Amino acid sequence: MDKKPIFFIQLFFTLLVCSFLVIPVFLSALAGVTQNFFVGIKSGFTIRWIVEVLNLYTDTIYLSLLIAITCLLLTLIIGIPAAYVLARVGGRISRIIEETIVLPIAVPGLAIALALIIIYGGFRDFRTSWYFILVGHVLYTLPFMVRSVLAVLSSFNFNELEEGAASLGASFWTRFITIVLPNAKSGILAGSLMVFTLSIGEFNLTWMLHTPMTKTLPVGLADSYASMRLEVASAYTLIFFIMIIPLLLGMQLLSKDKI
Amino acid sequence: MEKGTTSINLINCGKTFKDGTRALEEINLNIKGGETIVLLGPSGCGKTTLLRIIAGLEEPDYSGQIVFNNENVTKLQIEKRNVGMVFQSYALFPNMNVKENIGYGLKVRKIDKNKIEDRVSEMLNMMHIDELSSRKIDQLSGGQRQRVALARAIAVRPRVLLLDEPLTALDAILRDRLRVEIDSLLRSLGITTIYVTHDQSEAMALGDRIVVMSNGQISQIGTPRNIYYNPENEFVADFIGTVNRISGNNLKNLTSFEGQELLFRPEDIDIVEKKYSHLTGVVKASFFLGEKTRLIVNYNSTEQISVEGKFKEEYKIGSEIFLKINLDTLIQLPN
Amino acid sequence: MKYYDYPKLFVLALPVAIFFVTFFIVPMIQLVIIGGSGEIGESSYLSIINKPRHFESLLATLILSIAVTITALIISTATGLFLVRNIFPGREILLSILTFPLAFPGVVIGFLIIMLAGRQGLIGWITKALYGDKIVFAYSMLGLFFGYLYFSIPRVILTIMAAAEKLDKSLEEAAKSLGASPYRIIMDIIIPALKPGLIASGAICFATSMGAFGTAFTLATNIDVLPMTIYTEFTLNANIAGAASLSIVLGLVTWVALFIARSLSGQTVAVSG
Repeated sequence: MDKKPIFFIQLFFTLLVCSFLVIPVFLSALAGVTQNFFVGIKSGFTIRWIVEVLNLYTDTIYLSLLIAITCLLLTLIIGIPAAYVLARVGGRISRIIEETIVLPIAVPGLAIALALIIIYGGFRDFRTSWYFILVGHVLYTLPFMVRSVLAVLSSFNFNELEEGAASLGASFWTRFITIVLPNAKSGILAGSLMVFTLSIGEFNLTWMLHTPMTKTLPVGLADSYASMRLEVASAYTLIFFIMIIPLLLGMQLLSKDKI
Repeated sequence: MEKGTTSINLINCGKTFKDGTRALEEINLNIKGGETIVLLGPSGCGKTTLLRIIAGLEEPDYSGQIVFNNENVTKLQIEKRNVGMVFQSYALFPNMNVKENIGYGLKVRKIDKNKIEDRVSEMLNMMHIDELSSRKIDQLSGGQRQRVALARAIAVRPRVLLLDEPLTALDAILRDRLRVEIDSLLRSLGITTIYVTHDQSEAMALGDRIVVMSNGQISQIGTPRNIYYNPENEFVADFIGTVNRISGNNLKNLTSFEGQELLFRPEDIDIVEKKYSHLTGVVKASFFLGEKTRLIVNYNSTEQISVEGKFKEEYKIGSEIFLKINLDTLIQLPN
Repeated sequence: MKYYDYPKLFVLALPVAIFFVTFFIVPMIQLVIIGGSGEIGESSYLSIINKPRHFESLLATLILSIAVTITALIISTATGLFLVRNIFPGREILLSILTFPLAFPGVVIGFLIIMLAGRQGLIGWITKALYGDKIVFAYSMLGLFFGYLYFSIPRVILTIMAAAEKLDKSLEEAAKSLGASPYRIIMDIIIPALKPGLIASGAICFATSMGAFGTAFTLATNIDVLPMTIYTEFTLNANIAGAASLSIVLGLVTWVALFIARSLSGQTVAVSG
């Protein structure tokens, strides 16, 4: 098909924007495996930086994974029932409650962290454990799970399906497990991916809530940007990318299925 | 199949919704065990609300009572009422295939797995959908979904079968075919059935008795013939079939009807020679419908009636015709 | 059927209610109160206008956020429209690239900007080779601007593309048949039709930029956006009341912007960075 010149101008512009987004990622990945970035690729490839990162920061990786998994479990347990109640009740009151649950996204992470420290900072054991960070993460990611499940519940008439199941004798809990949950699967899955990804990358809250004993991956990254040489920081970032890009691809695949 | 049947008694069942809408006035209705009752009426007449009250999805207002045989089920939840319900959009569970949908009610009652399999096969066979047993719901056509919905409702051997406009979503040919199937199914099952529709030909075809409803009230209860030939009020007369109205003053050779209004069906007026006629008219429109022809005829230059029959001749628009009313089949509204 | 279920619905709502009240409602209320205490009472909230440093910080953040929003809207609309309306091999890949930075934390984006425009950055390297002079802008407002742009484009482009897909082609065809030039079509038909989507995504972009912390943290030198000011007030000056009041003000601005966005689009997008 004939492509008009305007097509190529737009294509060029789009490619320019894409380069802006992609090139730094490649650079940083490159720097992570280069002997000496200042000298350039001529200095040769190496994995010593990656090894050094693993020596220094493995516990941050574990902690981030631990928090992300626990955060996911908690948002599932808290968020799915919450979304169901909102969908059942409907109306203005449901909208108001939804707005409230979404508040932690609107309020800057700093503010939430500040508030948590002010009230609960006094409980030393709590304050210095990873549970403290976990609370922040759950607050921040819960709206995404709730929204995602709520969206899928609105897409099919689950009220009528429940009436059908009830007419066949199914009790409330039976209906919840055999009808509501299975049909909400896509929303639960999308929400889970989102929660997990956001938790792994969360910084604003975590920076304020952490202690030297409870450092997550992003906190470690900030550390390394400030104090480590470029190659080490890049290698650390590379590891982060390797962890997070599959999750992002997964989310993109999921949203494509819906279209 | 069924040993005994369930009669249904509705006493003073009215329904006012939370937003103030008065959907149903106090209804009293007796349904015999094994009967097929059709609730017929235009949208908003309350027929679906009544069905849902019988099902247990809505509660009637304070003094309303619902009795199945001798059991007062007014306060009994739908989960325990043992009714089979077919919804307008079928409400088939998308996360299960056909087999699992049909067997759901049995699974919930914790019936033995083998018995479930047997019963499901029985249902698939009865509905002629054996080959669909492992299909997913979204792969089914409208007519197939309908059958699965029926199979699912009947599988649990309910004491009452409730159908909410089950054929409305289907195209005309499918509807006709399924109507016949449902009719023979209901007859062979013998379960007390309540069928909601706004389509009068469906109502006439399927109902032992028809309950014509309007504005939340019952207009008339009767057999199809009864309703058709002896409507008890204006609404029923107008809603079922077409009704012609002529003032007796317009008729020749008919002094006994002076000053009265005559009501009759379009098929009860014939085209005759001038000397036998009651009325002279001019053909305004002519519709050949295959099995019959419908003529719209003007008389007195502005008044209109509808004339139907198997006419061999083609009556052209503008031609004059002579009509005789069949006086044996006049509709008399009790006053 | 509905009222039988109320007690069970209550049970299902209990976990979220308990968690939320304990860890959000109560602390935030306390924060608002504390913001009002402090050296000068309720006027701690007015410090945002009284103290020059606070006010400058607010101003800088506002200007930056608005600039980023406008730029992101223009870039995303151009690229978004292009990708929605053209099918060509590789389109999916470009789309992936444009949206994957969505979940990058701000700290990482700051680092990426350093890779691009820092002392050992690509741009410095290129300009040194071409002009002998190394251009380094990562640690200035410009660097911050590009960092914010980096996480804004993905957010905005998704909403714009969703809106663009819903555009009624027949309106443009009608305009064309009446003789309108492509420029006129864009100005008179497309942009007005996209307006709700533009406002919604613009609001999200603005809110995210206002509250962004990690990016400024990594690129920090003398730049003082509001989140950084809050941070320094709390950690360096131990001015809890000041930090609290600034946080509340920031939170209000962000919430209003997001509220506008959500009432116009009905989606939730991550505010992280």
